[in-house]
Amino acid sequence: MATTLVTAAESVVHAARLENVSKSFTAPGGQQLVLDGISLDVAPGEFVTLLGASGCGKSTLLNLVAGLDRPTAGSITTDGRPALMFQEHALFPWLTAGKNIELALKLRGVPKPQRRGRAEELLELVRLKGAYGKRVHELSGGMRQRVAMARALAQESNLLLMDEPFAALDAITRDVLHDELTRIWQETGVSVLFVTHNVREAVRLAQRVVLLSSRPGRVAREWTVDIPQPRRIEDAPVAELSLEITEVLRGEIRRHGRH
Amino acid sequence: MAGTDTKTARGAELAGVEAGLDALEATETGRTPLRRTLVDKVLPPVVAIAVVLVVWQALISLKVVDDPSRLPSPADVGREFKDAWLQGTLLDFVWTSVSRGLLGFLFALAIGTPLGLLVARVKFVRAAIGPVLSGLQSLPSVAWVPPAVIWLGLNNSMMYAVILLGAVPSIANGLVSGIDQVPPLFLRAGRTMGATGVRGAWHIVLPAALPGYLAGLKQGWAFSWRSLMAAEIIASSPDLGIGLGALLENGRNASSMSMVFEAIVLILFVGIAIDLLIFSPLERWVLRSRGLLVKS
Repeated sequence: MATTLVTAAESVVHAARLENVSKSFTAPGGQQLVLDGISLDVAPGEFVTLLGASGCGKSTLLNLVAGLDRPTAGSITTDGRPALMFQEHALFPWLTAGKNIELALKLRGVPKPQRRGRAEELLELVRLKGAYGKRVHELSGGMRQRVAMARALAQESNLLLMDEPFAALDAITRDVLHDELTRIWQETGVSVLFVTHNVREAVRLAQRVVLLSSRPGRVAREWTVDIPQPRRIEDAPVAELSLEITEVLRGEIRRHGRH
Repeated sequence: MAGTDTKTARGAELAGVEAGLDALEATETGRTPLRRTLVDKVLPPVVAIAVVLVVWQALISLKVVDDPSRLPSPADVGREFKDAWLQGTLLDFVWTSVSRGLLGFLFALAIGTPLGLLVARVKFVRAAIGPVLSGLQSLPSVAWVPPAVIWLGLNNSMMYAVILLGAVPSIANGLVSGIDQVPPLFLRAGRTMGATGVRGAWHIVLPAALPGYLAGLKQGWAFSWRSLMAAEIIASSPDLGIGLGALLENGRNASSMSMVFEAIVLILFVGIAIDLLIFSPLERWVLRSRGLLVKS
């Protein structure tokens, strides 16, 4: 009786739970360990960034959580299928912005009469009212990522996975999209697991920053970010914490030069 | 209270910056005016045809070629067209071949499409017949005419068989390469949205493969038309009606060079017309809607 209660409670407490997750790939020189014993919980409504240098397996980890790949060891539990946003917008060019969102709704089983209205609502949420009939190539980079965000939100998943979604954008657009993401996260209450190699971006957005070491990826350290939102990337407390995290990150990277 | 005010002000400021960025970065697309299209697209081929006619007439007038059985004058060929038109046979020639070609092409479509899907998606099938299918593309389909005549006799089925053997490999190969070139990112994005298996094929793979498939259809049509002409020239028989290939063969038998020219012009004209009326607009529409066609 007691155990059932605990399990039921646990499924509510975590949007995602990773327990001792390891992943290795077959390489020419034998098995290559990419992720080593990662344990991580994301609470419902929490915003977590995963930070790490090249080769820390951030994207591999996100693929595992998204269910696109299986871990070699350990377990991953999520509350339903997570939505995933990529560095490239990954919108389908044969559909308009609105129809891209409607496809996500359709695949989730939303009945046809409701799709159009819901798609318009989501476009309004990302401030792209009137872009329903626009083709993907008619949109700017920032607009495409916002449509992609709307499409991801259309999945009504409890967890939004983001794989460096703003890395390919110019600085001004990225800044604006940080504000947008914060606003949407606060409005929808979705949990976010955001992968980046940009320390300031991580601090700007997250409630918790998780630093991964490289080759193999392990959780090196965690920081709770207490700076109140809305933050700006230039704010002194953001810069200060970024500096501290950067020092630790550099230390992690230096270890690889010594061998 | 003050906190909410700043928050609203900030929100409004953000919305303004965003709207400005969108306006600055979005690309304007407009329609080209008709006059411009006429000058850019229609005028050049008309001039080219005029030049060919002038040179042709000059060859006759200047007596460079002075033998109507080798090179008839443009006027002779024009008369041939006029006679055929007045006798009401011109459209019959064209329709006999075009109806055969299009029907054969539709059969080829119905066979080539599932075949392409099988080759693209089933490893064993690809390993088994994939190379043969691409190899068949380089086999001139006229090579199929003798066996088709022996197997099926001199009739319409033999024509269709030759068209199929010419067009099916192109259509299937087009679909295979279209599917092979689907960006893996689309497949991953589809999978995270729940588009796997048949739903993935229908919503992601097939629409993504459409440009390659269309290129295959276009080539498939060119091949069916060519094979049909070869079949009509080689296997002319009164029972089969006079198509364009048979017209060419009749012209040769009657040593009428102007009839031969008439047939060649018609064969060329039909091939170009079908491409311009059906395949090119379809292909341009697909590419343009995906932003893959840059207006020059």
